[in-house]
Amino acid sequence: MANYNLKTPLTEEVVAKLKAGDSCLISGIIYSARDAAHKKLVEAIEKREKLPFDLKGAVIYYVGPCPAKPGYPIGPCGPTTSERMDPYTPFLLARGVKGVIGKGNRTQEVVQALKEHKGVYFAAIGGVAALLAKRVKSYKVIAYEDLGPEAVSEMVVEDFPVIVVNDIYGNDLYEEGVKKYRK
Amino acid sequence: MREIEDKKIVEEVSRLCIEANCILGEDVKKAVRSAISQEESPLGKEILQTILNNAEIAEKEMLPICQDTGITVVFVELGADVKIKGSLEEAINEGVRKGYKEGYLRKSVVSCPLRRKNTGDNTPAIIYTRIVSGDRLKIIVMPKGGGSENMSEVKMLTPAAGVEGVKRYVIDRVARSGANPCPPIIVGVGIGGTMEMCALQAKKALLREIGSSHPDPFYDNLERELLVAINNLGIGPQGFGGRTTALSVFISSFPCHIASLPVAVNINCHAARHKEVIL
Repeated sequence: MANYNLKTPLTEEVVAKLKAGDSCLISGIIYSARDAAHKKLVEAIEKREKLPFDLKGAVIYYVGPCPAKPGYPIGPCGPTTSERMDPYTPFLLARGVKGVIGKGNRTQEVVQALKEHKGVYFAAIGGVAALLAKRVKSYKVIAYEDLGPEAVSEMVVEDFPVIVVNDIYGNDLYEEGVKKYRK
Repeated sequence: MREIEDKKIVEEVSRLCIEANCILGEDVKKAVRSAISQEESPLGKEILQTILNNAEIAEKEMLPICQDTGITVVFVELGADVKIKGSLEEAINEGVRKGYKEGYLRKSVVSCPLRRKNTGDNTPAIIYTRIVSGDRLKIIVMPKGGGSENMSEVKMLTPAAGVEGVKRYVIDRVARSGANPCPPIIVGVGIGGTMEMCALQAKKALLREIGSSHPDPFYDNLERELLVAINNLGIGPQGFGGRTTALSVFISSFPCHIASLPVAVNINCHAARHKEVIL
């Protein structure tokens, strides 16, 4: 299990190095989107409308932050459960998204799509949102403001800690980890 | 008759919303600390330590522990000799509105489950009121996160399923939840009652102090057995594998129909938040 410092957008070359269980620190721009925003993104693609951000090499973070207190760039911002994005994720991976950050198990369709389109599923630690917010340098809503905490935003992160769950080779940290410790 | 002003309730509920979301209970911290020494997975140990570090930052800076500051569940015990000046429910909702605004907490409630428009102030709260004897008013505020709530379930077993059937169901429900509810979790189990009473028992069970024992030795034993079985699933902190899947299992039982054996599992994440006040 290796440690990596990653810069966004992610390239195929970088993604190919990552294996389930690796710890990574991500720096650069990532985009926040939850299920309501995913639905709108997919609809926009189907209608050939302009998207709020370039999908090529993009990293999407499943997060709906708290409002920022005065003097803070963002409120606490841990990951939300990824399964709600499962119906949309293969579609976005097929269009260039290289990394998604959330927590919890994915469907087989997503695991297959990660393999096929060479993308990685990262987990951030759920419920440690105050600590994770310290790694976010700026937060700007860029689309779907009407969704409130579920709006799409551009976040600049520095050394944002994540763990590789599903890599492009079909490995799954959740499966392997549980197998190892089951009695 | 003792009179309590609605304004007082607004202030207290607002304060409880903020404190519950920003200050992790000592019982949770203690349980996580002790889990670190027993955890076999190095990554699991690291995650448990991160949970404590996060709690420290949150408390120091009065920031929410988790961005999911929950739908606000409120348990009220209203003394029969108390007269509320104004409306109790309106005061509670006003307190939630105030606390979620002033505490910079996330607004996570939609007004219609199918049309899904955010209410913008985290109301309405989910309020359960019980009339008790005396002249006091007890309010418990429990912000409940969506990730763990989504892994919860009620099942109507038949009496023949017995204690073994209950155990199988509870363990299976936790196994199916995997990494989703942010383990280490707290497992609230309701047994008996009617379908909705059973679910309510499971939720109320989550209010117990982590590590506390059930007063009935039969259920105390069942709680311990379930905790061992759940931790043997190997799910571990955040589902990456390990010994610490649950910090506690709490059972609350209720009499039920001769034909029924309802079981409810209500899961809470490690950010097990609740604060109370007695007025």
